[in-house]
Amino acid sequence: MRNITKTFPGVKALQDVSIGVQRGHIHAICGENGAGKSTLMKVLSGVYPHGSYDGDIVFENKTVAFKDINDSEAAGIVIIHQELALSPYLSIAENIFLGNEQQTGGWIDWNKTNLEAGKLLARVGLKDNPITKIRDIGVGKQQLVEIAKALSKEVKLLILDEPTAALNDEDSAHLLDLITHLKGQGITSIIISHKLNEIKAIADEVTIIRDGKTIETLDMHADAVTEERIIKLMVGRDLESRYPAHTPKIGEELLRIENWTVHHPLDHSRAVVKEANLFVRAGEIVGIAGLMGAGRTELAMSVFGESYGYNISGTVYKNGQKINTRTVAAAIANGIAYATEDRKVYGLNLIDDIKRNISGAALGLLSRRGWIDENKEIMVAEGYRKSMNIKAPNVEAITGKLSGGNQQKVVLSKWMYSNPDVLILDEPTRGIDVGAKYEIYGIINALADEGKGVIVISSELPELLGICDRIYALSEGRITADLSREDATAERVMQLMTQEREKDHE
Amino acid sequence: MSDLTTTPAAPNILTAAFRYLAGQLRQIGLFIALIVIVIFFEVATSGITLKPINVSNLVVQNSYILILAIGMVMVIIAGHIDLSVGSVVAFVGAMAGVMITQWHVPWWLAIVLCLGIGALVGMWQGFWIAYFRIPAFIVTLAGMLTFRGLTQIALQNRQISPFPDEFRALGSGFLPDLGGGVSVLEPLTVGIGILATLLVIAQGVRQRAARKKFAVEDEPFAWYLAKLVFTSILILLITYLLASYNGTPIVLIVLGVLVVAYSAIMSRSVFGRHIYAIGGNLNAAALSGVKTKRVTFLLFVNMGVIAALAGLVFTAQLNLANPKAGDGFELDAIAAVFIGGAAVTGGIGTVTGAIIGGLIIGILNNGMSILGVGSEFQQLIKGLVLLAAVAFDVYNKRRNGGR
Repeated sequence: MRNITKTFPGVKALQDVSIGVQRGHIHAICGENGAGKSTLMKVLSGVYPHGSYDGDIVFENKTVAFKDINDSEAAGIVIIHQELALSPYLSIAENIFLGNEQQTGGWIDWNKTNLEAGKLLARVGLKDNPITKIRDIGVGKQQLVEIAKALSKEVKLLILDEPTAALNDEDSAHLLDLITHLKGQGITSIIISHKLNEIKAIADEVTIIRDGKTIETLDMHADAVTEERIIKLMVGRDLESRYPAHTPKIGEELLRIENWTVHHPLDHSRAVVKEANLFVRAGEIVGIAGLMGAGRTELAMSVFGESYGYNISGTVYKNGQKINTRTVAAAIANGIAYATEDRKVYGLNLIDDIKRNISGAALGLLSRRGWIDENKEIMVAEGYRKSMNIKAPNVEAITGKLSGGNQQKVVLSKWMYSNPDVLILDEPTRGIDVGAKYEIYGIINALADEGKGVIVISSELPELLGICDRIYALSEGRITADLSREDATAERVMQLMTQEREKDHE
Repeated sequence: MSDLTTTPAAPNILTAAFRYLAGQLRQIGLFIALIVIVIFFEVATSGITLKPINVSNLVVQNSYILILAIGMVMVIIAGHIDLSVGSVVAFVGAMAGVMITQWHVPWWLAIVLCLGIGALVGMWQGFWIAYFRIPAFIVTLAGMLTFRGLTQIALQNRQISPFPDEFRALGSGFLPDLGGGVSVLEPLTVGIGILATLLVIAQGVRQRAARKKFAVEDEPFAWYLAKLVFTSILILLITYLLASYNGTPIVLIVLGVLVVAYSAIMSRSVFGRHIYAIGGNLNAAALSGVKTKRVTFLLFVNMGVIAALAGLVFTAQLNLANPKAGDGFELDAIAAVFIGGAAVTGGIGTVTGAIIGGLIIGILNNGMSILGVGSEFQQLIKGLVLLAAVAFDVYNKRRNGGR
C-alpha cells in the first residue's frame, strides 16, 4: 500500500500511509486506539471502495482497485473483523459457505457442504462436527471457523483485527500457532494487535502507526526490537498545551470500590473485571487507562446499577458507608452519575430536544406529585445551554441534529443536573473536535473544583496524562497499577496496560 | 428575565415564517387533510355531512375508536403495539351484559367492575410484556384470541339485550336539554361550547407568555393567532351544530375529559415523559434511572382500562352484548394513531394527533356510507389513506435529513 490518505468529514484518518508486506510473512500493525489501523485495513479489504481514498494498493505486483469486499475476496484478501460476523443459529458448515453455497443444479448440496467444511475444519485444527450450531461453540472456536471460512475462499492474504482480544490464553496460543502454521502453507497474514508479546512471538515485521501516519517498520528478527521500543514509537508525542492548566484541591475519600468482580453476561465463566479495587477523593480526577476489551466500560456500567454483567460481586462505599448500587435509580440516588461511552446508543434520546434530555435523569427535581414544572425545566436547560456553551438556537432543538461535541455537552449537563457526588465519564471526548475537547476538559476541571470526584475512562492515553491527578491501569480486567500524576509516563502506563497475566509481578 | 425577551430581529421575517411552517408540515398537513376531507364530503353528499344530526352521529359512532386511539397512541409511543383491544372490548361488553342481566348487579357497579376487569386484563398482558420480556405483538396476539374465546364462553355464544336506560345513556344519551326542547339552540351545549373556547384561548395565551419569557418561542405570531382563531371557530361551529340537534352527547364529555387528561399526562407528567423516553431510546432511558419495566407494565394496565371503557361505550350504544363485537377495532385504532403522525419505531406521537387520525377515518367511513360506496371500496380507500399518511411521514423525515 502506497501513500494512502483517507479523510472522513472533518477528520484526516490516514495521511500518506505506506506499508509493505512480504509474501509469506506475518506482518503486525501496532498503534494506539484510534491511530488508524482499522481504517487502513478497511481500505485494503475494499470496505472503503477505490475512489474514496487517495493512494495505490499494489497486490502481487498489480495495482488493484477494489469496489467492495467481494472484489477483494476474489483477489484473495480476506479480513476477519474484531466482532465476528457469524450467524449464531446456523451450523459451522453453513457459516463457512455463507454467500458461497455449495450447489448442484441450483440446490444446496448438503453432503458436499459438510464434507468440504470438515476438510477445512481439519486444516484449522477444529474437531467439531460441521453441523454444530455456531452458538454452541466458544469464541475461540468461532475465531477458527472464521479462518476456515477465509480458507474456503482460497485466501492469499489474511487480515486479522485484534484476533485474540476476546480469547483466553489457551485459545490465543492455539490461534497464534495456526497463523504460524498457515504461514508455512504460503499464506500471508496481517495481524493487528495490542498484545506486544504476541507480536514478538509470531511477527516477522511490525509497522507502527500513530495519528494516521506510518512511524516506522521494524524487522522483528533484528535484535534491537524490544517492547519498550515499540511502546515508545506508539505513544511518542509530547503533551502540547491541549489541556487547560489545573491545580487540584483534593479532599477526603468519596467513593471506594472493593473486590469488584464481574462476569460476562453471555459467557458466565469468563470474568471481565477481576477483583478490582479503586477509590476517588473529593476534587480528584482519576483516570482509568486500558485497551479495548480490558474491562473499563464493563467496570463502570456494572457499578452503575448493574447495567452490565452477571454474577457481580464486591462492595461500593461512599464516604465510608456501604451503598446500594443494584439499580440505576439507586445509584443515582446515592450520588453516582455515569455518562456512557456511546452517547448515541446509550446516552441520548436523539429524537427529542435538548431540555428533555437534560432533565431526563432528574425529573424528580422538576416535578411535584408526578407533574413536571415545564417552565422550570426550560429555565434549567437554558442555564446549561449558556454555561456549557451548547451551540443551538434554543433548548428545544433536537439533539440528533447537534454536533458530537454539543451532544456530549448535553449528556454532561444531564448528569450535572442530577447533582451527583461522583461522575464516571466514559470516553468523554470520543469523536469530537479539538476545540470542543478543550472545553470538555475545562468542564471536568470545574466539576472537580466543586468538590466532586471524577472518574475518566479513556482510550486516549495523552488525554488521561493531561487531565488526571491519578491513573489506574487496567489490563484484562485487572487493575495493574495506581499511578500518581508524577509517576505516570506514557511508556509506563502503556506497559502496564499491555501487561499480561503471567508477567504479573506487582 | 427582561434581557431574555429581547430576541434579535429576524433579517427576513417571511423566510423565517416559511421555514417554521415547513418544519410544522406534518401537523399542518394533518389538519388540512381533515378539512379537505370534510369539505369534499360536504360537497359530494350535497350538505348531508355537516347536518346537525350527522355531526352528532359522527361523534357518537366514532367515540369508542377515538377512546381506543388514546390508549393505543401511548402504547405505540413506547414502541409497543396492542392487538387485543378489539377482543377486550367484546369481553368487557359480555361481562357487562352478564353482570347486569343475569347477576342483577346495579348498572353503576357493573361499570366500575368492568373497568376493574380491564385493569386485570392489562396486568395480565403487561406482566408478560414487561417482566417476562415477550414482545407485545405476540402477547397481545395471544390476548386477541384468548379474550375472544372468553367472550364466547361468557355469552355462551348468545347475544344479551336489552340494557337498562341509565347504562345505555353512556353510549347514546345526551345531556339534559335546559331549553325544554323548544329553544332553537340548546342552552347547556352553548354554555359548554363557549366555556371550552375560553379555556382553549386562555391556555394558548398563558403558554405563549411562558414560552416567550424563556425565549424558546419560535412560532410566528400570525401563525399562532391563526391557529387560535381557527381552533375557536371549530369548537364554536361544532357547538352550534350539536346545539341545533339534541345537544351534547354524554360520550363527547367522556371523550373530552379523556383527551384533556391524557394530553396533559403525555406532555406534562413524569409518567408521560418516561413513555417518550422509553420509545425514543430504551437504553438511554434505563441508564437515566427510568424504571422501564414498571412503566411498561402500567402502560398496559392503562390500555386495559381504556379498552374496557370503549367496550362499555360500544355495548351501551348498540344496547347489545355480542360475541362478535369489536372485531377489527384494534386495526382502526392503530391506523388512527399512525395517520395521526406516530412513529412506527416509537418515541413520537401525540394524543391530539391520534384523535385527528381517528376523525379522518371516521369521516371517511361516514361519508362513504352516505354516498353508498360499497364496503369493498371503503376498505381499499382506507388502506390507501393509511399508506399515504405514513409514506408522507417517511418522506418528510428523509427530506429533513433524519435517519
